[in-house]
Amino acid sequence: MTTRPALPPARRTEDLRDHLPAIEPERTVTDWGRSERLEGLVDRTLNSFLYHYWFRCEVEGIENVPSTGGALLVSNHAGALPPDASMIAKAIQEEHPRPRRLHLTVEHFFKGYPFFSMFVAKIGGVPAHPANVHRLLHDERQLVLVFPEGAKATGKLYKDRYKLRRFGRGGFVEAAMRARVPIVPIAVVGAEEAMPTFAQVGLLRRLTGLIYFPITPLFPHFGLLGAAYLPAKFKLRFLEPVATDRMGSEPWEDKGLVQEVAGDIRARIQDELVDMVGRRRSVWLG
Amino acid sequence: MSTQRASPAGTGGRRVLITGLSTYWGGRLAQALERDPGVDVIVGVSPEDPTCELTRTEYVRVANQHALLARIVQAAAIDTVIDTRLIVDSVNASPRAAHENNVIGTMNILAACAGPGSPVRKVVFKSSAHFYGCERDDPAYFTEAMRRPHPPRTLIEKDIVEAERAVEAFAARHRDVTVTVLRFVNGLGPDITTSHSALLSLPVVPSILGFDPRYQFIHEDDIAGVLEHAAVHDLPGTYNAAGDGVLVLSEIASLLGRPPAPLLPPWGTGIAAAALRRVGVRIPPEMLQQLRYGRALDNRRLKTAGYSFRATSRETVQAFAQYLRTRGLRTAEGEGYQYEREVEEFLRWSPAVRGDDRLGLARLGRDQLAELARALESARGARPARPARPAPRGTPPDGTLRTGSPSSSGGAADPEPAADP
Repeated sequence: MTTRPALPPARRTEDLRDHLPAIEPERTVTDWGRSERLEGLVDRTLNSFLYHYWFRCEVEGIENVPSTGGALLVSNHAGALPPDASMIAKAIQEEHPRPRRLHLTVEHFFKGYPFFSMFVAKIGGVPAHPANVHRLLHDERQLVLVFPEGAKATGKLYKDRYKLRRFGRGGFVEAAMRARVPIVPIAVVGAEEAMPTFAQVGLLRRLTGLIYFPITPLFPHFGLLGAAYLPAKFKLRFLEPVATDRMGSEPWEDKGLVQEVAGDIRARIQDELVDMVGRRRSVWLG
Repeated sequence: MSTQRASPAGTGGRRVLITGLSTYWGGRLAQALERDPGVDVIVGVSPEDPTCELTRTEYVRVANQHALLARIVQAAAIDTVIDTRLIVDSVNASPRAAHENNVIGTMNILAACAGPGSPVRKVVFKSSAHFYGCERDDPAYFTEAMRRPHPPRTLIEKDIVEAERAVEAFAARHRDVTVTVLRFVNGLGPDITTSHSALLSLPVVPSILGFDPRYQFIHEDDIAGVLEHAAVHDLPGTYNAAGDGVLVLSEIASLLGRPPAPLLPPWGTGIAAAALRRVGVRIPPEMLQQLRYGRALDNRRLKTAGYSFRATSRETVQAFAQYLRTRGLRTAEGEGYQYEREVEEFLRWSPAVRGDDRLGLARLGRDQLAELARALESARGARPARPARPAPRGTPPDGTLRTGSPSSSGGAADPEPAADP
């Protein structure tokens, strides 16, 4: 395509952010499929109960979550049905001076599970696609929570608790760099004991088509009751944000730097976890 | 129009060929272009008769034979080819017919545009969001640069991908031709019948149990609007065309005021769809994927190119709901149109037709008018030729031109200036 004048000059802006669809106030569902009604209901009932009474969450460093603009929250992940995401979201709702909703990235295969896919999307889950994360962080300036360990963490056994798994391939750092938003590391203690996994049954996993088939204190022998959590004491610590906008013009091209930042964040969360577990006297009382 | 090359006729206006004139989109586009004084000539081709009323579009009944198309393109010095012929709904045609039309037809049309010394400077290709497919690991918004993550699952998707590949190859070979590919999401409106409009017209909105997919719609007026925008502006590259906003199926059901009905099980969905077909509910395979995973397109590239959508996805569904509520009260006025070649030719060419400027004399240049006048005069052997006054340019584009209707007194090419409204 050479010298031919291409686009009509009228209101041409390069910034795609200016062309995001306007918000239609009558709607109760966002463009991401998030339902205010269902999310509000879950927030008022289940999450409220878990946050205040069941897990008795204690929060430190909430001021590290920015009040405006996009930010990528990065946390450790645990439990066969991990409760950490909803507790982090609830902590920001309850403790932050400017409560903000956050989007949670979930693995793609959840999109294939009936009911669950529907439910996750309605309470703010988005498939963990780099394009989704970029749009949320950069274009829509939202908070996004990622668990870089992914299913490796939720499938791990009780004996490996609080040992962080590999942090993916550093894709989350790349996403934050591209969107030029800070990364806020979070250390969560308690989720490992809320639903510990004692064993994984490979044969049943294949038969049921689930991502894993865990043996927990209540599952599978109590059936649906297996979704219940043990009342472990939760502690959430939001750490100093890592700025990614001062790392050069295109830092994501430097794979070494990406790995270094990812490793650094992983080490910080691991250190905090060791510190928090070391201070803890009781799993149930904190 | 600054980007316009002078066409051989010398008047500077566009000379447009619309393929698939009989489709809803082709007809709407032709109607829109007829109102545009910057468009000199509109030729429409399709194997079937046009389905809407047209005033100055020339219709040629021809299918996708490239030799015939090439002759039309050359003879009429077509500079803009708009291909609206793609079949994107497998309910509308047998797989073989769809393949024939979508793949072979596209190849033929591109071949007709490609010959040596071809006057074609622009090709607009109407494609579909089915190009992207619907899969589990799709992004929430497809942008134009994205490829589908998996090979196509259904025949219609395969055809669309193949057709687009042909267009892409054409664009790569002909750098001097502006090639626009428009990927449309599901259209919705009172006048178009798709498997989605059929499904949403049912007393309940069928869905797959346990899934609430994301959906986008584009209003039928926007479909015509986007095609027209691409016809009169130069938009090289690919553009997604989708209304703003993304709905979920349950939201659509509530906008329509119909209960959602999870008629399809999450497993064995294809078998259940086959069973539903027996009772008259036709859910094509490409739609099953959409009902499961949903799909949305990022329309911002088209917006940066200057198009502003008239309706959001939500407004489109609301307008459709309104149509459904009043459907029984309406008389079928649009359906009364039937193409009759003799009538159309009479209206276009008979000297007895008065009133509107059917001949398009207002769009002829001064020299051409003078030439025409001379020719007519000499044919009648009357007074020597006198230069005709030029038709005023930039007269209102709404078909109210009243210049020099042929009258019995003889001065056929004697245009009076248009009465200023």
